[in-house]
Amino acid sequence: MAQDTIQKPAETAKTPLVSTDYRTIKYVTGPLVFVDNVHSVAYNEMVAIRMPDGTHRSGQVLEISGDVAVIQVFEGTRGIDVDQTEIRFLEDVAKIAVSPELLGRVLNGVGKPIDGGAPIVPEDRLDITGAPINPYSREKPADFIETGISAIDGLNTLVRGQKLPIFSGSGLPANELAAQIIRQARVVSGEEFAIVFGAMGITHREASYFMSQFESTGALERVVFFLNLADDPTVERLLTPRCALTVAEYLAFEKDMQVLVVLSDMTNYCEALREVSTAREEVPGRRGYPGYMYTDLSTIYERAGRIKGRPGSVTQLPILSMPDDDITHPIPDLTGYITEGQIVLSRHLHRRGVFPPIDTLPCLSRLMNLGIGEGKTREDHRAVANQMYAAYAQGRDLRKLVAIVGEEALSDTDRRYLRFADDFEHRIVGQGDEGRSIEETLTIGWELMAGLPLGELKRVRDFISKYHPNAADVAGDV
Amino acid sequence: MITGKISKITGPVVVAQSMLGARMYDVVRVGQEGLMGEVIRLEGDLATIQVYEDTSGLTIGDVVKSTEGPLMVQLGPGLLSSIYDGVQRPLPVIAEQHGDFIERGTVADALDRERKWAFEPVAEVGQQVAGGDVIGTTPEGQTILHKIMVPPKTKGTVSWVAPAGEYTVDEVVAKMEDGTELTMVQEWAVRQGRPYVRKLDPTHPFTTGMRILDTFFPIALGGNAIIPGGFGTGKTVTQQSLAKWADVDIIVYVGCGERGNEMTEVLTEFPELEDPRTNAPLMDRTVLVANTSNMPVAAREASIYVGATLAEYYRDMGYSVAMMSDSTSRWGEALREISGRLEEMPGEEGYPAYLATRLASFYERSGRVQPLGSDAERVGSVTMVGAVSPAGGDMSEPMTQNSLRVSGAFWALDTSLAHRRHFPAISWTKSYTLYLGQVGQWYAENVADDWNELRDRAMFILQKETELQEIVQLVGPDALPESEKIILEVARMLREDFLQQFAFDDIDAYCPPKKQYWMLKTVLTFYDAATSALNRGVSLRQILELTIKDEIAVMKTTPHDEALEKLPAFNLKLTEDIAEIEVY
Repeated sequence: MAQDTIQKPAETAKTPLVSTDYRTIKYVTGPLVFVDNVHSVAYNEMVAIRMPDGTHRSGQVLEISGDVAVIQVFEGTRGIDVDQTEIRFLEDVAKIAVSPELLGRVLNGVGKPIDGGAPIVPEDRLDITGAPINPYSREKPADFIETGISAIDGLNTLVRGQKLPIFSGSGLPANELAAQIIRQARVVSGEEFAIVFGAMGITHREASYFMSQFESTGALERVVFFLNLADDPTVERLLTPRCALTVAEYLAFEKDMQVLVVLSDMTNYCEALREVSTAREEVPGRRGYPGYMYTDLSTIYERAGRIKGRPGSVTQLPILSMPDDDITHPIPDLTGYITEGQIVLSRHLHRRGVFPPIDTLPCLSRLMNLGIGEGKTREDHRAVANQMYAAYAQGRDLRKLVAIVGEEALSDTDRRYLRFADDFEHRIVGQGDEGRSIEETLTIGWELMAGLPLGELKRVRDFISKYHPNAADVAGDV
Repeated sequence: MITGKISKITGPVVVAQSMLGARMYDVVRVGQEGLMGEVIRLEGDLATIQVYEDTSGLTIGDVVKSTEGPLMVQLGPGLLSSIYDGVQRPLPVIAEQHGDFIERGTVADALDRERKWAFEPVAEVGQQVAGGDVIGTTPEGQTILHKIMVPPKTKGTVSWVAPAGEYTVDEVVAKMEDGTELTMVQEWAVRQGRPYVRKLDPTHPFTTGMRILDTFFPIALGGNAIIPGGFGTGKTVTQQSLAKWADVDIIVYVGCGERGNEMTEVLTEFPELEDPRTNAPLMDRTVLVANTSNMPVAAREASIYVGATLAEYYRDMGYSVAMMSDSTSRWGEALREISGRLEEMPGEEGYPAYLATRLASFYERSGRVQPLGSDAERVGSVTMVGAVSPAGGDMSEPMTQNSLRVSGAFWALDTSLAHRRHFPAISWTKSYTLYLGQVGQWYAENVADDWNELRDRAMFILQKETELQEIVQLVGPDALPESEKIILEVARMLREDFLQQFAFDDIDAYCPPKKQYWMLKTVLTFYDAATSALNRGVSLRQILELTIKDEIAVMKTTPHDEALEKLPAFNLKLTEDIAEIEVY
């Protein structure tokens, strides 16, 4: 199901008078089952599989060639046999039942409640693959989201309708950062976000961390939690983000809510994609991932945004682990090409006890300029961000130099840059658990910049007289 | 009519049987909904088809009908300020028919059939006309005069021309003696370049208003360039800046497999921005082709050909056209995906072996030409700028390398520059252009005699800085003599005060060539004056303490006219002030 671009329910699905159960499985490999002698099977159709012991599993048609259909089984192929297992084609694509009641519920990776609560009365059943938003109908994202985290708000601002992934590594506190963002995120109007959380292949420990976070902050009642744990069937993971986004789109565009979608961990999703591709013996692309992974990922990430004339929005915050911290690995690489920027975590900062350990240099928010400035955040926001970026980059370069020639060999200005870089990491980035308003972030920024010689502050020149902490003293020198 | 049946479905590729008679690249209609597709392989009576829409729900045995013609685009008035998907269906019409999400099976006319255009006849009865000759004109937008041309391969004697008046695109505006009727619309197969009389040498610069491009790595009208860079290095911002400010008549912007929000940005921004030359909205000279990453992959493959055909059509009217493709890598990936589904033997990194051929034939559709038609004075050009998104930022991958072989300029985006927010993050050490000889002469004649000399000197200083930085990394800056420290200082000025350009600043976004020249000259004047002062025995510290040098930094945000007025005098004053420093 995963390799396509748009998918839409077959409107023409006819109600069958007779349904046929096939017992013609001829080949089973990995998550795939090949069924022989099938008739009028539709591409991407859902199937029900009746196991020899009477239990049921579900699957989907991946390919049809003549009278052979290739089916991927979501719950794994263990226990399937060639002789007795029965396959029934359901004449429908994958759908999920949606309702505002989903808020506050915990569902499995394919949208079935697992919290022991009442069954969900669906308002509608929607195709989980969705359809692309017409670029012409999109509204330009333009509203600042205050996450309370300086390195994001100040330097890589998130706006409503954006998709901004967190690039993490094994052992880095991406989940803690995500939890903090969920806790603090506000739009300017003060409206709270509905959270749709899609967990793919995360461990039980991680799942209970998020759960306890939501419970302790009282956020749980505005969270829809899709849970596919590490020991749940791999192929199910291919559906989880799509289910989550279908619910998100429903809440945003039908129910006018501001929705924040957190997907963790996209690396597990891509592994599942590779597993299915390999089982189908497809020509592999880089590192064994299928050549269509870009297209496939885009059908997930592009489901963020705003639509003209509708007040709701879908903002995405996917989390992925970079294997071996390698940002050029296909998963972060293709993600970065689709998303509107990235937040990168650094092992180096984490080791030095900086939280959140955001490595600001490779970070980027492409939509930042749309959400900041006068009337949105503050007039000097862009200039301050540029100046801090340039100064921090300079300070980081000087550290390399110091390692060779020693600090004594530096000029006074250079030493001030070094100090700026240190302060920046500890005060702007390493803010710990507190939440900060954008005003506070910019004020700290100015305090740090005040440590640099005035002549170096080229990018904030126009704002020095207004915001520089020693504005009165320096007025004459500007 | 050739009618077959589906025998295999895998993603966007379906195979149909009993298709004997279908030709390669014929357009077919697949299934009950008539999904549009294209024949990409024939084997006996089996035809392999790439479908431009989602194939969910198709079943074995569904009908496939051939339209017995290739993929065509419609060319006529009304293209400008439109936004199309990858197969030239207008997105606003799709939105009207299906709402905010794109559903499949849409059939939409590329041109508005109802709208009336003010036709002004040019051809006369009895006149011999052939392909490319102008029958009449109609104003399109505020500034472009759309020329209604005789389609290529058509010729004859005009027997009737419609009088001036309002016509729809389908109404006949001219008749030939052999009975051929001409309307304002013509069709053309997208995969075939439109014919022209001959290609001309690219001698005129393609000015962009971006200092690093115009001054250091200029290309010519009718040339082509590629912009490779990892994510976040500013490919899209650069492409959009070019689309906004490039000194051409028409812009064709192809968003090929990129982000939806970016297309929206273009859509909302362009109607508000003014063309610096004509003061008309930028949208009036722009055609957008938007096939975002989550739209069908086969249509993405077709989108750049649709863009190229639209560009060639306006070129044939005698306009200079720039075509931006963002990003050609997504097109390459679409090719790879389809090739994988066909189970073709993969070449490098899974790309098909014909990638290089396809790329070459695409880029060769650029050029400055004398179009068809009896008017030998008419000259049109298509300049192509293609973004490349190398996997992992590694420029040795096949898309970048194959593009490099056919493109005339390489504007390499540098991740480390982007990280320190040096924008445009175009590397001056890795980039190159092959058009310098041709356009350098134009600059010398039209801007200033010493343009080329200044450029070479500035380039030398920047290259020298790279070498010196290596030494500094080893031994620290104090070990350098003052004559080299001044080079570091001037190189820093060049980088910060000349090369860096803020695409979102009202003034700095576009810098006219004359101003570029004076800005560069000012920095070099400073260098010359400082060097001679150092030779007199003045210390570098004394020079750097001069406050006048701070004014160099504000040049870029000074309004253009004011800057041009001030800078010559400022140059003299700068020289004087430095010359007056006393040695002690």
